Amino acid sequence: MPIAMPNLAPVMPEIVMTCLAIFLLMAELVIKQKEMLGLFSIISAGIVCYLVLGSAGETFGGMFVSDGYSTFFKLIFLVNLVLTVLISPKYLQTMKINFGEYYALVLFATLGMMLMASAADIIVLYLGLELMALSTYVLAGFIRYDMKSNEAAIKYLLLGAFASAILLYGTSMIYGLTGTTNLRDIAAYIMNNGIAGNPVLILSLIFFAVAFSFKIAAVPFHMWAPDAYEGAPTPITAFMSVGPKAAGFAVLGRVFLVAFGSVRADWAMVLIPIAILTMAVGNIVALSQTNIKRMLAYSSIAHAGYMLIGIIAGTPAGLSSVLNYMLIYVFMNVGAFAVVIMLRTEGFTGENINDYEGLAKTHPTAAALMLVFMFSLTGIPPMAGFMGKFYLFMSAINAGYTWLVIIAVLFSAISAYFYLRIVMLMYMKEPKEAVQLNTSPGLGLALAMTATAVILIGVLPSKVLALARVAVESFRYYLHLI
Amino acid sequence: MVQTMNNTMGFPILSMLIFLPLVGAAVILLMNRANDKAIRMVSLLFSIATFALSLPLFTSFDKTTHLMQFIERHEWIPSLNINYYLGLDGISVLFVLLSTLVTVLCVLISWESIKTKTKEFFISLLVMEGAMIGVFCSLDFMLFYIFWEAMLIPMYLLIGVWGGPNRVYAAVKFFLYTLVGSVLMLVGIIVLYFYAGKTFDILDLMTKSYPYKMQLMLFWAFFAAFAVKVPMFPVHTWLPDAHTEAPTAGSVILAAVLIKMGAYGFLRFSMPLLPEASRAMTPVMLTLSVIAIIYGGIICLAQTDLKRLIAYSSVSHMGFVTLGIFALNTQGVEGGILQMLNHGVVTGALFLSVGIIYDRTHTRVIADYGGVASVMPIYASLFMVFTFASVGLPATNGFIGEFLILLGGFAANQWAGVLAATGIIIGAGYMLWLYQRVFFMETNPKVAGLQDVNMRELITLLPMVVLIFWIGIYPNVFLSFMHPSVQHLLERVNGGSAPAVAANIVTQILR
Repeated sequence: MPIAMPNLAPVMPEIVMTCLAIFLLMAELVIKQKEMLGLFSIISAGIVCYLVLGSAGETFGGMFVSDGYSTFFKLIFLVNLVLTVLISPKYLQTMKINFGEYYALVLFATLGMMLMASAADIIVLYLGLELMALSTYVLAGFIRYDMKSNEAAIKYLLLGAFASAILLYGTSMIYGLTGTTNLRDIAAYIMNNGIAGNPVLILSLIFFAVAFSFKIAAVPFHMWAPDAYEGAPTPITAFMSVGPKAAGFAVLGRVFLVAFGSVRADWAMVLIPIAILTMAVGNIVALSQTNIKRMLAYSSIAHAGYMLIGIIAGTPAGLSSVLNYMLIYVFMNVGAFAVVIMLRTEGFTGENINDYEGLAKTHPTAAALMLVFMFSLTGIPPMAGFMGKFYLFMSAINAGYTWLVIIAVLFSAISAYFYLRIVMLMYMKEPKEAVQLNTSPGLGLALAMTATAVILIGVLPSKVLALARVAVESFRYYLHLI
Repeated sequence: MVQTMNNTMGFPILSMLIFLPLVGAAVILLMNRANDKAIRMVSLLFSIATFALSLPLFTSFDKTTHLMQFIERHEWIPSLNINYYLGLDGISVLFVLLSTLVTVLCVLISWESIKTKTKEFFISLLVMEGAMIGVFCSLDFMLFYIFWEAMLIPMYLLIGVWGGPNRVYAAVKFFLYTLVGSVLMLVGIIVLYFYAGKTFDILDLMTKSYPYKMQLMLFWAFFAAFAVKVPMFPVHTWLPDAHTEAPTAGSVILAAVLIKMGAYGFLRFSMPLLPEASRAMTPVMLTLSVIAIIYGGIICLAQTDLKRLIAYSSVSHMGFVTLGIFALNTQGVEGGILQMLNHGVVTGALFLSVGIIYDRTHTRVIADYGGVASVMPIYASLFMVFTFASVGLPATNGFIGEFLILLGGFAANQWAGVLAATGIIIGAGYMLWLYQRVFFMETNPKVAGLQDVNMRELITLLPMVVLIFWIGIYPNVFLSFMHPSVQHLLERVNGGSAPAVAANIVTQILR
């Protein structure tokens, strides 16, 4: 039987990305100037971005799909990649870990995320997830001489391995039940055979929820996050706090809304307590953090809680609000980390929040940028963070979850306290010692991009909202089944 | 499409009022921070230009209609039906003017007292002005909310960066109180949006009616935001700290404009959107108002800090405002709105005055003063005018406002009226006692040899003196702005004609 050549057009961005990453890995051997590799990564992102925009379709017998949803997420990953590469070189030099593999690993991790976003089959999903996770484990431990970095990598690896195992367990159960790993076939099987209340199905739902909760760092599966975030090199912390989280949400949305769309009530019961706990623990524990990376780690946990509400809503608007939020979150979170990186100089970590005392006096521009990101993370207009939350809460209220939104807004008000504390330290305290800034053109560019995006999306959000809405069009069919 | 007035100036005046201060802030952003003098000049120029631009609102406002005027409407986020929709009616127009005037005075009063981070200070002040004007002009609930929340950022900085010793605590308290209230209102706004068929258009929302149970929930959601801002008892506790610790300009903006927005919110949103709930909740609101009047007044008697005393007097005076508003009759509501304006003028002036003397002595403790009248005679006489206006002496604006409110209050509930009237007595007590302790008695060595007000300070205070007597002697100029709008509002709330207090000679004279 002749095997037809699969249509490679939809998967072309991933193929090119793989080639570019391998090429980068080899070029690393001969190129002494590691910054060139960063430039190469950015150019690669540009090429892949171009390919992503023209890659609609599905291939490999429906295992891989490139639709509006995956495209939107891939753009988020590529933006995240570019920003991460921009904020890295100076930091790598300062930390004396300026190795070329770094860029290759970031590319591979992004490739894994892209696969996840396009996965229409649990096997592909797992492949992407492992590629992303393994690359990120290495990156987290990239400061080899540093105990904390090692700890971060080990913790992340061990708990990540657990999550993968649980995901596989859930997959095996769903395969045993339905005889397929294709998301759409699973959906059809559940519909046609009326097994909505089947205990094995519920159990595998729980396993999927747990595995994805690990990836998005939702409570109570968040324990790895603060340590991993604190120990990892700061640009990687920025990368991890956005990329794997976005990829986690991409698969969460696709698996739960496509494959398990008909049993939404069941998984909503699982996700609602997770969302509430995530918001509660993330926001409340962040109040007591004195290390800014840890504080941003808990903040990123809290933001995962908000975004879960959009998934729970289970409507096209809910899903598109998650996409919208994720895009805004990339800019504000990476922007905040970029400021954190600027404070890092040789022999001075700049990670204690008290290091920000009086920054407005010594470095007014850096302080003003941090102010923008902090208010955006709090969700105060006219920053983009407000628009993200607003659209999210709106879709949830429309889906009938007003009470959940009330809980969310109250926690969001609590979060103001710790974000504002940074602003307070920068503007309302006198500088104790002269903090040096470790700037570079890349950092400056990244900050300019993120701050502009945060304000621009905050003031003129309609384009982004429209994009996010178009992106979930391909889901409409499945969402109607609910 | 809801009917609106076709009264425009030929140019988008409201947008210009909102964005001119923001342009000023942008200009300052690009200036060299070392050049304090130029920064001050630019902010003064922009604030005066904004004030001058707002004056046509006073002259060309059509007082014969309740319809919205100076309308501007542009699509902003079409997919969610959010519009950039501005307009003014008789309830809001005067507050725009108050905001633009107060900002000029704030720039003047901060001329010398702000010594650090001058650039940031004036940027915050101008951004604040733009947002304040935006709040009063918005006819789209979402746009309103965005301006309402955006104000928090500059205000937080104003209190926290340039305030007194306990400024950080006060700033955070202010921010968190307001934010918790606001986010609950946001949930209410979204619920309203979906029920009314996906619109944030205030005028459109007012044409619909909502089930009673929903009205009640929304009333409390809005209450959370507005009552904190007013501030009503028992959520007033942020105000004494914020007013006291803020720099003079911050206190003035808080007292003159910011806390008016709470009462404005009740008038613009709670009452016309939720008429049945507003009527049903009147007893609660009147009770809270009376408690605020008396409790706020009694606390004033115990204060040893100049600014804190005036801050608590705001709680008491704003109690009068909410009492008048929730009397739900013409006299009460008009008195409430006028008293909002009065309180802005008088308390703003009092904070300006305290700022003037604080710049000299750097103390707010009342016991550190005494005999100031003999050292600073001009200052003392100006302060006396403000004190009398605050007490509500006839011929000052305070009298007109409180009188109308009591008239309305009696009609709504006799006991509320009686109890509120005792508040006036307490008010006379603490204000006159304050005046005595600061200006008379033996000259405290700490104030001996102080310079009297200089020209800049005099110019800052004079507009307030003019307004106090203008409103006090001929209030009709200001009341005439609101008649049609208030009438229309009350028709909506009371589901028919407005129950005016039975023809009363005094009322007729006043009109």
